[in-house]
Amino acid sequence: MNDKKLIVTGLVIFLIIVLFPFWYNRGRAVPPPEVKLTEQAKAAKECVLSKDYMRSEHMQLLDLWRESVVREADRIYTNPKGKQFVMSLSNTCLDCHSNKADFCDKCHNYASVRPYCWDCHIDNPKENS
Amino acid sequence: MNKKYMVSFIAVFGLFLIAWAGVSIGLQWVFGVIIPYLAVLVFATGFVRRVLGWSRSAVPFAIPTTGGQAKSFPWIRHARFDCPDSRFDLWVRMALEILTFRSLFRNTRMKLSGGKLSYQLEIFLWVGALAFHYAFLTVILRHTRFFTEPVPWCVQLLENVDSFFRLEIIYPQFQFGLPAVYLSGIVLLAAVVYLALRRIVIPSVRYISLASDFFPLLLIFGIAFTGIMMRYVTKIDINAAKQLTMGLVTFHPTVPAGIGAIFYIHLFFVSVLLAYFPYSKLMHLAGVFLSPTRNMLASTRSYRHVNPWNYPVKVHTYEEYEEEFREKMVEAGLPVDKPLEASAEAAEKE
Repeated sequence: MNDKKLIVTGLVIFLIIVLFPFWYNRGRAVPPPEVKLTEQAKAAKECVLSKDYMRSEHMQLLDLWRESVVREADRIYTNPKGKQFVMSLSNTCLDCHSNKADFCDKCHNYASVRPYCWDCHIDNPKENS
Repeated sequence: MNKKYMVSFIAVFGLFLIAWAGVSIGLQWVFGVIIPYLAVLVFATGFVRRVLGWSRSAVPFAIPTTGGQAKSFPWIRHARFDCPDSRFDLWVRMALEILTFRSLFRNTRMKLSGGKLSYQLEIFLWVGALAFHYAFLTVILRHTRFFTEPVPWCVQLLENVDSFFRLEIIYPQFQFGLPAVYLSGIVLLAAVVYLALRRIVIPSVRYISLASDFFPLLLIFGIAFTGIMMRYVTKIDINAAKQLTMGLVTFHPTVPAGIGAIFYIHLFFVSVLLAYFPYSKLMHLAGVFLSPTRNMLASTRSYRHVNPWNYPVKVHTYEEYEEEFREKMVEAGLPVDKPLEASAEAAEKE
């Protein structure tokens, strides 16, 4: 019957759409992103907070920092170990992690995240603290 | 307390416990690789079998629902898309039904007001259904970022549009809004809660609701809830999660360490939904295309619908009957179409 052809065509189109990730990648291996640390970051051993925390929550910390600097004019952050940092993306974070392309962008691109930090930072001259 | 939704709730909660317990005893491979593969396999084969089964079933009668005036005299206005007469009108009707749920929009509620019967437009089911389906579609399309590398530009565009509103709540104790809030996720959760509450609260709807209605709603609630939790609250290592999903679609399965249990619970819920899909009411995804009340032409006055079940029936027409019994009929004084002499002359001439 004519309907049967139409149904089978529709079914094939549906399967092609649903199984898109399988044929799009065609079985090739995709290596996970490898983040490169600068010498300075390696020497420091630990970031502002623990590595696991920073890996999943760094955006929240940056948000709090921005809030604190912009709204409350408080620029000094003290971590639980009592170490003090100047709250600044350009001067503190990117001082150690000066290799944005090999550090920030690696994971952001892999996870398809486009943070709006870079709308203002990185290409601009360093802030005067 | 209604047994039907309690059973569904307990089932979903049980699934949650299974995934949670399984991951705590180290069955990451089972919940991260084996079950998702099986689920996709069951989904694809089950879906195809179901639709092919439907394609084999006959449509004995033309049973389109007519929602308006059928094609008639030129001076009577024809409701083209409610009573389609041509293939084009039919395609428009189907597209409107599938994309905008037009038949839900027609929903009316009977009401007695001041002793008079009136019909009111009852729009909330349509709004809820539309919000739910489109939010779910957006969420699914957005998830292709976990299954493609590099991520296609159209998916990135969708993400940008979806995170258009920048909702950020910042208190030292409570923060929300980073990473960027996807509206579709929140709309999906709100819509699924509304659709579930509708079935629980409105008595007439509760009466016709079954466990097979509540179970998918609660399961989708679980999926949306765990997804939102792991994006905004108890964050997981997203790159490890993508490593796992990429491993699945490239047939190089890996289970990286350090993904939270909530990810496996989310994945298990999705796997259950996929495996359950072809055997449930969720098959309305394919069924909406194949329902004869929608996809048939309402042109029964101008064309004859032939039942495909019809087989050549052996018939004995009246002419043949009279030919056989004419003499006896004349003897008995019964009226005949052709008198005896006329038929004899006709036979002689031949």
